[in-house]
Amino acid sequence: MFETVIGLEVHVQLNTKTKLFCSCPTSFAEHQNSNTCPTCLALPGALPVVNKEAAIKAMRFANAIEAQIDEASRFDRKSYFYPDSPSAYQITQFYAPILRDGKVTIDLADGTQKTIRVTEAHLEADAGKNMHEGAVSKVDLNRAGTPLLEIVSAPDMRSADEAVAYLKKLHATVRYLDISDANMQEGSFRCDVNISIRPKGQEAFGTRVEVKNINSFRFVAQAIAYEVQRQTEAYEDGVYEQEVVQETRLFDVNKGVTRSMRGKEEAADYRYFPEPDLRPLIVTEEMKAAARELPELPDQKVARYTSEWKIKRDDALVIVADKNLANYFETLVAEGAAPKQAVTWLTSELTGRLNKLSKSIEESPVEATTLATLIKRIEEGVISGKGGKELLDHMMENNERDVDALIEKLGLEQVSDDGAILAMIDEILADNEDKVAEYKAGKEKLFGFFVGQVMKASKGSANPGKVNQLLKERLS
Amino acid sequence: MITLKEALTKSKEELSEIVADLESKAKQSDLNAYVGFEKSGEGVPILIKDNIQVKGWPVTSASKILQGYIAPYEATAIVNLKKHGMMAFGRANMDEFAMGSTTESSFYGPTKNPHDPTRVPGGSSGGSAAAVAAGIAIAALGSDTGGSIRQPAAYCGVVGMKPTYGRVSRYGLAAYASSLDQIGPIAQNVEDAAILYDAIKGHDPKDSTSAEFEYESIADRLDRNAKMTIAVIDNYVEEADADVRNAFEETVRRLKEAGHRIVHKTMKNTKYDIATYYILATAEAATNLARYDGIRYGRRAAANNTQELFFNTRSEGFGEEVKRRILLGNFVLSSGYYDAYYVKAQKVRHLIRDAYNAVFEEADVILSPVAPSVAPKLGSIHDPLEMYKSDMYTLGVNLAGLPAISLPVAKNAEGMPVGLQLIAKAFDEKRLFDAAASMEKAIAYHDTYNERER
Repeated sequence: MFETVIGLEVHVQLNTKTKLFCSCPTSFAEHQNSNTCPTCLALPGALPVVNKEAAIKAMRFANAIEAQIDEASRFDRKSYFYPDSPSAYQITQFYAPILRDGKVTIDLADGTQKTIRVTEAHLEADAGKNMHEGAVSKVDLNRAGTPLLEIVSAPDMRSADEAVAYLKKLHATVRYLDISDANMQEGSFRCDVNISIRPKGQEAFGTRVEVKNINSFRFVAQAIAYEVQRQTEAYEDGVYEQEVVQETRLFDVNKGVTRSMRGKEEAADYRYFPEPDLRPLIVTEEMKAAARELPELPDQKVARYTSEWKIKRDDALVIVADKNLANYFETLVAEGAAPKQAVTWLTSELTGRLNKLSKSIEESPVEATTLATLIKRIEEGVISGKGGKELLDHMMENNERDVDALIEKLGLEQVSDDGAILAMIDEILADNEDKVAEYKAGKEKLFGFFVGQVMKASKGSANPGKVNQLLKERLS
Repeated sequence: MITLKEALTKSKEELSEIVADLESKAKQSDLNAYVGFEKSGEGVPILIKDNIQVKGWPVTSASKILQGYIAPYEATAIVNLKKHGMMAFGRANMDEFAMGSTTESSFYGPTKNPHDPTRVPGGSSGGSAAAVAAGIAIAALGSDTGGSIRQPAAYCGVVGMKPTYGRVSRYGLAAYASSLDQIGPIAQNVEDAAILYDAIKGHDPKDSTSAEFEYESIADRLDRNAKMTIAVIDNYVEEADADVRNAFEETVRRLKEAGHRIVHKTMKNTKYDIATYYILATAEAATNLARYDGIRYGRRAAANNTQELFFNTRSEGFGEEVKRRILLGNFVLSSGYYDAYYVKAQKVRHLIRDAYNAVFEEADVILSPVAPSVAPKLGSIHDPLEMYKSDMYTLGVNLAGLPAISLPVAKNAEGMPVGLQLIAKAFDEKRLFDAAASMEKAIAYHDTYNERER
C-alpha cells in the first residue's frame, strides 16, 4: 500500500591523467601529499585551470545517455570547512552543469524495460582523505582535485531492484566509455541514495532521506530495504512527521541500518556562488569531435548478440553487464567458438570456476583464445564435453596452454574411428551373447548396458554418439 | 632617485651599488614601508607588495595568520619582471589581505606618509607608494582591487596604474576578490609605470581569467603629444573637497591648453559603486580567505579538536577589518539573501560597466578624482563606512574591469599631494598611457613642486 520513490546521485571518478584544476597526476602515489601542487594545496595566489580531458569524458557520457550538453557550463564554489578540503570550498557546477536531460534504460526481472531520467551531471573536484591514528589526525591531499562526474537521476525508481539495475547500467556504461575505473571498493564509483515512501495513488512525494556514500550494489539494496521499513513503520505508527525528516543518513554496513548524520538544525548552508577564478567552460568543435566517437554500448551489444548470434536476451544481458566479460565473449566467437557454446562455457563453466577462486574475468588464468580452442575441439568431436571440463580444470591450475598437447597428455581424445569402435562392440557382443538374445527378444533397455560396456572398454574415450550409432547398426 | 628607465641602462656593478644604497636607505627609513628586505633575481630592484608570491620569501599579506609561511612558488608577474632586467627586492607593507585604504590594518603596524608622517600613505598598497615617494624604491608592484594602487599613489604623489582586468596574470597574487584584483606598477613617472607594466603584462595559461590577446609594448612608443577627447564626470567632482576640486579645475584648464577636448558627463551616484563593491568583493573574499585554516601552512592556534583549530586559528590570525569583510561576505552569500544581495549586485555591476562604455562612445578617456580628499591623519578614521567612502571614485573602475592610472597634479596648502586618475576602455592601455604622458607634461608636477630635489 506504500510506494517507494528512489533517486540516485552517483559520483564517478573520471580516469583522467591529471586532476580537474591542476596538472598533478591522478595516478597512485607512494607517499602521502606527493601528487600535489600550489593549486590543489590551495596555497595563497594559486589558481585553477579546467582540465579539458575531464570535460570531454563528461561529454562522452552525455552522448551515451543522449543528454543535452551545455556549451558554456559554469563552475561554482560550495563552501564548507573540513580538513581534507584545502580551499574550504569545493569547485562544482551548481547553477549550470555540463549536461542535462539524459536517459538510462534498465531491464527488469519480468523482462520489461524502464527508462530512468538523468536530470543532470556536473563536474566537480574530489576532496582529500583524513586519516585518524589515535589522537593524531593526518590529511592526505593526493586525491584532492581529482575529477568527479556527479550523475543525478530523477526520482524515477520504485524499488531496490530498479535502483540496483540503474546503478549496474550506469556502471557498465562508464566502463565501456572508459571514462572511469568505476571501482566501487576503491571509491571511484560511489552513490548517495534518496529514499521516500508515499501511499499508493498519492501524487505528492513523501519526505526524502538521503543515505550517503554507499559503495556496493548490495549495500544500496540493504540501505533501501532498511529505510523503506523504517519509514513505513513510522507511517503506520503515526509518527512519520517526527521520525522521517529531510536529513542525511549513513549506512552502517556491519549492522545493515542507517543512522542520522547530522541534525536538521545544523543543516549546512553551502553559500554557492559562481567561481570567479574560472570563465565558462566553452565547448569547442574539437572537444565535440573527441566526444562523438563512442564505443559499442551495452544496449547495442545486446541487440547484436540476440539478432546476429541468436543468443538469449537474458544471457546477453549477463554478458554485457561487464565490459571485460563481453570482450572475452566476443573473442571466443571471433576465434571460432559457436556463440551458444561460448555462452555456456563462459557464463557457467569458466565463471563458476573463477568465482570459486574469487577472481574476476580479467584475472582469468585461461585466456579467451585458449578457451575458444577447447570449445572448438568439443564441436569437432575430438574431446567430449566431460573431457573439456577436465581440460579446463587442469588449465585453471597449471600453466600449460597448448590445448591439443594437453588433450593428448591427459588422454582425452575420443575414439571416433569406426573400425576401432566396431572392434570393441564386436568383442562385447561376443562376450554377452545371452544379453544380445534378450535384447533382440524385446528387452530394449539393455541398449544402455551395451553402451556402458563399450565406453568402459574404451576407458571413456569413445565418442558416445558414434558408439550409439554403430551399436544400433550391429544390433539391428 | 634614479628612474627605472635609467636604472635599466646600468651595468651589473652599478646596479649592485644601487641595490646596496637602496637597502641601507630603506633600512634607515622610519616610514615602515618595507616589512622585509629579501632579494630574488638580478637587475633593477623592484619593491614587491607582501601579497605577491616570490619563491623562497615569506609572503604574508601583512597578516598574523600567514606568519611563518614561505612561498614555494613564484607569481607570474615576478617571473615576467625577472625576464626584463629586474629583480624582486623587499616586501612592501600593506593593509592585511589588501583590505583597507590606509595601510593601518597591517600586522606590521602602519606605514607613514613621506609628505607628513602623521598621515596615512593610503592603502592597501601603502608601503609600495610610500617607498617610491620617499626615494627608497625605484618602482614597486602593488595590487588594486578597489583602488589599492591608485589611491595610495595619489596620497603619496606618485604614479600608480591598474591594468585592465585580465591583462596581468593573477597567478601568485594572494586573492582578495578574484574578479576585481589586478597587479600593477607604482612608479615615479608615467614612462616608468609603462615600462614596468610592459614587463609584467601578458597572457598566462595558469590564470584562466587572463586575456588571451597580446598588444605591443607601450613604453617605447609613448606619445606625449596625443590629442584626445577627455570626459569629466561633473557630479563626481562636486562631491570632492576643495583641495581636490581646485586641482581638478586647474588640470582641466591645462589639458585644454594642451589641445585636448573636454566633454562633460554625469554618472550614477557612487553610492551604487560602493554598495556593489562591498557585496561582490566580500563574497569573493569570504571564500578566498577560507583556506587560511591552520591545517596546511601559516600560523596555527592551540586547540583540542578540529573545530576549535579552525575557530581559534582564524579568530586569532585575522584582524578586525578582515573579519568584518569575511562576515559580510558570508552573509550576502547565505541562503535566503543570495538573490537580494549577490545576484542584484552582479546586475548593478553590468549596469556600471555599461555606463562607462556609454561615456567611451564619445570620449577616449575619463578624468576623475582618485579620492575625495588628501591623505587623512593616522588613526583618524574610526568608522569603516567612512573609510569605504574614500574609495568612491576608484571602485567603479574595478567593477567595470577598466584600466586606470593615477598621477599627481597638485599639492594643497599643507603640502599634501592631490592625484587624479585617467580611465580608459578595457584593453586600451596604449591610449591610457598616452593620455597620462600628455597630462604629466601639461601639469609638470615635479617642476612645479620641485619633487626631485626633496
